[in-house]
Amino acid sequence: MKIAVAIKQVPLRDSPLRVNAAGTWIEEDNLSFEINEPDAYALEEALQLREKHGGEVIVISAGPARVAQSLREALAKGADRAIHIDVATLDTLRVASSLAAALKAEAPDLILTGLQSDDLGYGQTGVILAELMGLPHSTIIMQVEILSGQVRVKRELEDGWFQHIQMPLPAILTIQSGLNKLRYATLMGIKKAKTKELKVITAAEAPQASAVIEKIYAPEKNKQGQIFDGDAKTAAAKLVEKLRFEARVI
Amino acid sequence: MSVLAIVEQRMSGEVLAAAQQFGSPVVAYSIDQPYTADAYTAAVEELIRKVNPEYVVFGHTYQTRDYAPKLAARFGHILIGDVIAAKPPVFVRQMFQGKFNADVRAVGDGPHFISIQAGAWRAEGATAQVETYSPTSTTSRQVAEAPFRESARAVDLTAADIIVSVGRGIKEKENIPVVEALGQALGAELAASRPICDAGWLPMERQVGSSGQTVAPKVYIAVGISGAIQHLVGMKGAKTIVAINKDRDAPIFEVADYGIVGDLFEVVPALVEEIKKTKS
Repeated sequence: MKIAVAIKQVPLRDSPLRVNAAGTWIEEDNLSFEINEPDAYALEEALQLREKHGGEVIVISAGPARVAQSLREALAKGADRAIHIDVATLDTLRVASSLAAALKAEAPDLILTGLQSDDLGYGQTGVILAELMGLPHSTIIMQVEILSGQVRVKRELEDGWFQHIQMPLPAILTIQSGLNKLRYATLMGIKKAKTKELKVITAAEAPQASAVIEKIYAPEKNKQGQIFDGDAKTAAAKLVEKLRFEARVI
Repeated sequence: MSVLAIVEQRMSGEVLAAAQQFGSPVVAYSIDQPYTADAYTAAVEELIRKVNPEYVVFGHTYQTRDYAPKLAARFGHILIGDVIAAKPPVFVRQMFQGKFNADVRAVGDGPHFISIQAGAWRAEGATAQVETYSPTSTTSRQVAEAPFRESARAVDLTAADIIVSVGRGIKEKENIPVVEALGQALGAELAASRPICDAGWLPMERQVGSSGQTVAPKVYIAVGISGAIQHLVGMKGAKTIVAINKDRDAPIFEVADYGIVGDLFEVVPALVEEIKKTKS
């Protein structure tokens, strides 16, 4: 079974983020990056499916040169080979188009990706891929079961509900965080990764952007909340006073 | 500039209200067919060809997330999703897990595809007639089974007056007793954000957020929770929200009535001590 995993590189969780001078994106200098969390779960799921069914895991990412580091990490965790689409754009439609072109050439049996990115948060690259590649898909997946020529998945719904969906392979699934336990790269894995193929390709002809970010900015506060400063003890005393006399729960 | 509103049971009033703000006339439809991604993509495509709208508006539900981006791609667009405010053709949505807002401009020819965040528009006053649409094409590669719940919920967080909720800031399972002590001191139910339940540090039935429970207690104390959108939708109806977090820029402080910026491992024990002192 040939499984492709599309991953995105995003700023390290809890990085201090600042808006750039143009006000259209964040300042990326001096930031560290990591594999988008749901994509890490998608990769883990692919590795576990390979352990069960055999085959190959190909990891693919579109982005600038720094993306190679995340692809190496995926190889160290056990992916067999990597494809880096060298593009500067973050535009969702353009990224999806370039992924679709590269993936069509690979013709995998199954394509996995995270349900959304921690930066843009659009949550649609996988779904757009399904349309561009003419493949069936399902989203927010908590469980993957391979049947003969088919895949049966557990899809998350709102308020603690789930649903099983079955569809023919090849198919595209967007993976929810937490469906498996992430592995760490072993020393041996890191060593092996250096000898694995990491192919750099250029992006396919890109469509027009459909939506452009004009400005990003810190949100206005809906509420004028009160922040209690001082040491922990002083702040705690002030908060308890509010809980007692305003909220009246003590 | 006509607007096509796609209405499902969830968020129907809000979707109509947003559609009326985006333009007129508003044509509203619900799809008369069990949901699958393929079937709904085809059905709404038929509606778009019929109505020829400038905007197609959805609620940002799990169902919309499953098929609307595919539909938008068919028309050479993306879904401008999870929108919290709008001055068409510019739409405001959150990015970086709610740390920033972004003004996003829809470019090129319509139809443009917009989904709105739950709670961002008021449902009151929306009056459009919703028609039922029976699509001509109903083929689907996905075969869906009936929705189910894992088990009856043993914990009903919606009945709690006070909730102490814990997030990634707690760092490891061994630290959970730190917040348990606060819960006990206050007589509160213990809850958590998604990553804590995913990791198995607390049971799934204690999860608050879009995929867990939606709560509106008198007091909600968020400990080490940054306040990603998916969590906020589950608790922003609380009467009083308290946030304890080391990151002053965490989105949780945007909805908090009271906040303490600091190390939860110092603040929470101090709080427990202070509550005990007050109660005795």
